[in-house]
Amino acid sequence: MPESSNVAAKKSTFRLNDIKPGTNRLFNAVFTLMSVISLFPVLFVFMISISSEKAINRNGYSLWPEEFSLSAYAFLWNERGTIFNALFISFAVTVLGTVIGVLLTTALGYTLSRPGFRLKGVYTWMVFIPMIFNGGMVANYVVVANILHLNNTIWCLVLPLAMSSFNVVICKTFFRTSIPDSIVESAKIDGASQFTIFSRIVVPISKPVFATIALFLTFGYWNDWFQSSLYISNAKLVSLQALLNNMMKNLDYIANNPDAGLSLQQYKNSMPSESVRMAIAIVIIIPIACAYPFFQKYFISGLTVGAVKG
Amino acid sequence: MKKESAMQATAPKKRRKHWTSDDTELTLLGLPAALWYAVFCFLPMFGLLIAFKDFKITAGKSFLYSLLHSDWAGFNNFKFFLTSNTFFELLRNTILYNLVFIILGILIPVTLAIMISQLFSRRLSKAYQTMMFFPHFMSWVVVSYFVFAFLNPDKGLANAVIQFFGGDKVMWYSKPQYWPFILIFMQVWKSVGYNMVVYLASITGIDTTLYEAATLDGASKFQQAIHITLPSLKPVIIMMFILNVGRVFYSDFGLFYQVTQGVPNSLSHVASTFDTYIFAALQSNVSIGKTAAAGLFQSVCCCITVLIANFIVSKIDEESAII
Repeated sequence: MPESSNVAAKKSTFRLNDIKPGTNRLFNAVFTLMSVISLFPVLFVFMISISSEKAINRNGYSLWPEEFSLSAYAFLWNERGTIFNALFISFAVTVLGTVIGVLLTTALGYTLSRPGFRLKGVYTWMVFIPMIFNGGMVANYVVVANILHLNNTIWCLVLPLAMSSFNVVICKTFFRTSIPDSIVESAKIDGASQFTIFSRIVVPISKPVFATIALFLTFGYWNDWFQSSLYISNAKLVSLQALLNNMMKNLDYIANNPDAGLSLQQYKNSMPSESVRMAIAIVIIIPIACAYPFFQKYFISGLTVGAVKG
Repeated sequence: MKKESAMQATAPKKRRKHWTSDDTELTLLGLPAALWYAVFCFLPMFGLLIAFKDFKITAGKSFLYSLLHSDWAGFNNFKFFLTSNTFFELLRNTILYNLVFIILGILIPVTLAIMISQLFSRRLSKAYQTMMFFPHFMSWVVVSYFVFAFLNPDKGLANAVIQFFGGDKVMWYSKPQYWPFILIFMQVWKSVGYNMVVYLASITGIDTTLYEAATLDGASKFQQAIHITLPSLKPVIIMMFILNVGRVFYSDFGLFYQVTQGVPNSLSHVASTFDTYIFAALQSNVSIGKTAAAGLFQSVCCCITVLIANFIVSKIDEESAII
């Protein structure tokens, strides 16, 4: 086999069984193309957000604008009341939801992982039934809006997404396989209650599963716009995603804070409308784009743990 | 409960006859979550009662009071939905799109996962995975802006390219013939990296001695992929298949609603699904009972498909069934 390049030589076990260098180059080309397709839209949207309104009107969206301008970001800064409020709602919902969700999910997952627990059967069915049958959008809406009266509060954004049976099963499987019964039993003999065991023993040794669940929830909350579109009509409670969603339908949704000396109409006309909405999209993407490469491995471990039959 | 205690009896060491303080503590630990399930999962199931009612608001009374005092409608709400003109269209769109998504969602990621596992450079492979994983973290609202940047009739890149080559502008958002391809492309674009990583995780778990033995026997790379990698991936593929077949009556609401800019009338033939229909009905003045009936129909179909899919799989391969 002639094709032991430097890189292949590093992998000691598999040299004989590598693909041909030509195939490797072909595969690399395929994956480079796929990666470009994955990232290209973000780059494109970013370039639009720093184009000047004049250039957009003349040439349409272009990859390399004729004239650069930060007016979209200046406009957002001018509207910082709205933007920061939306950012605050997004953060608050994400943090609250993640904390509540992680606590509920892991506590339930732990109880399900205890072999002798008398109510295990009841709790298991409770988690399992929603996996195959649910009330659907209308019934959920009726419960949240008409029975609990949570619409137009922050709780309608937080509570409905706090748990999912999928996450509970991940936790249960993790605790079942990675916490030795002997540790729990010996702590019990020392007089520890289940609460102490959970908070002092289980939590410290189960960081990976906590990270996984927390990440699932964080990204879920940060990216959620659907709850807002169902339940929120109060402008103070609009999250970033909902703001972006509203702007797609109504471009001047954001322009409600005119400077002194301009009429509202003049102010709206002066808005670099095309680049502003792309700029908000960029504001949403940046935190995710910066964070996800570091947390990616927890996603993958969560998926593989979830795949183990519990 | 009986089944449960019988199971415990077979595990002699764990056997427990009486309710202990341990059980109380565990019950309490799980109680907040149980409350959540009661309110957000099981109360809506009770709320489905509304699908069988001719719901009328009783002035000044609570919602529950109105619900319980509305007239029974029997299956009239369902009849209304099932005989409406849109029903067939919704059914066709929802199921056909899902079938295409399921097939492509297995074929493309599995192929790519096998390919990426063969790259010489580990570092490049990681870099590709990270980049291809990226779309998974975008919400459909953000994706709809991406699509808009390309398909905007006046300013979008697609029309600019078409005009550069001398073609005519296409009014993308009112031309239904292109949308099945656009929707399928966007779904694949968003999910391919994620699915590839799921399959890759299983590929890296395959015992390497199998490949070494095959190499000694003179098997080509392609033969190894067919006879070792694919069979080892079978349980994961089957599991993903059941999970997705179970959702064949559901559609990714964000995909169909956001990417098409709210399913305009011109696209409703090709882009409306059960979920977009129910959402639109909820926002309009269609009676809530009829909307709930549509939702219940969807849930029941879904439940049946999950159970059937699982039953079939358990017949073929006991180990791979999820229930």
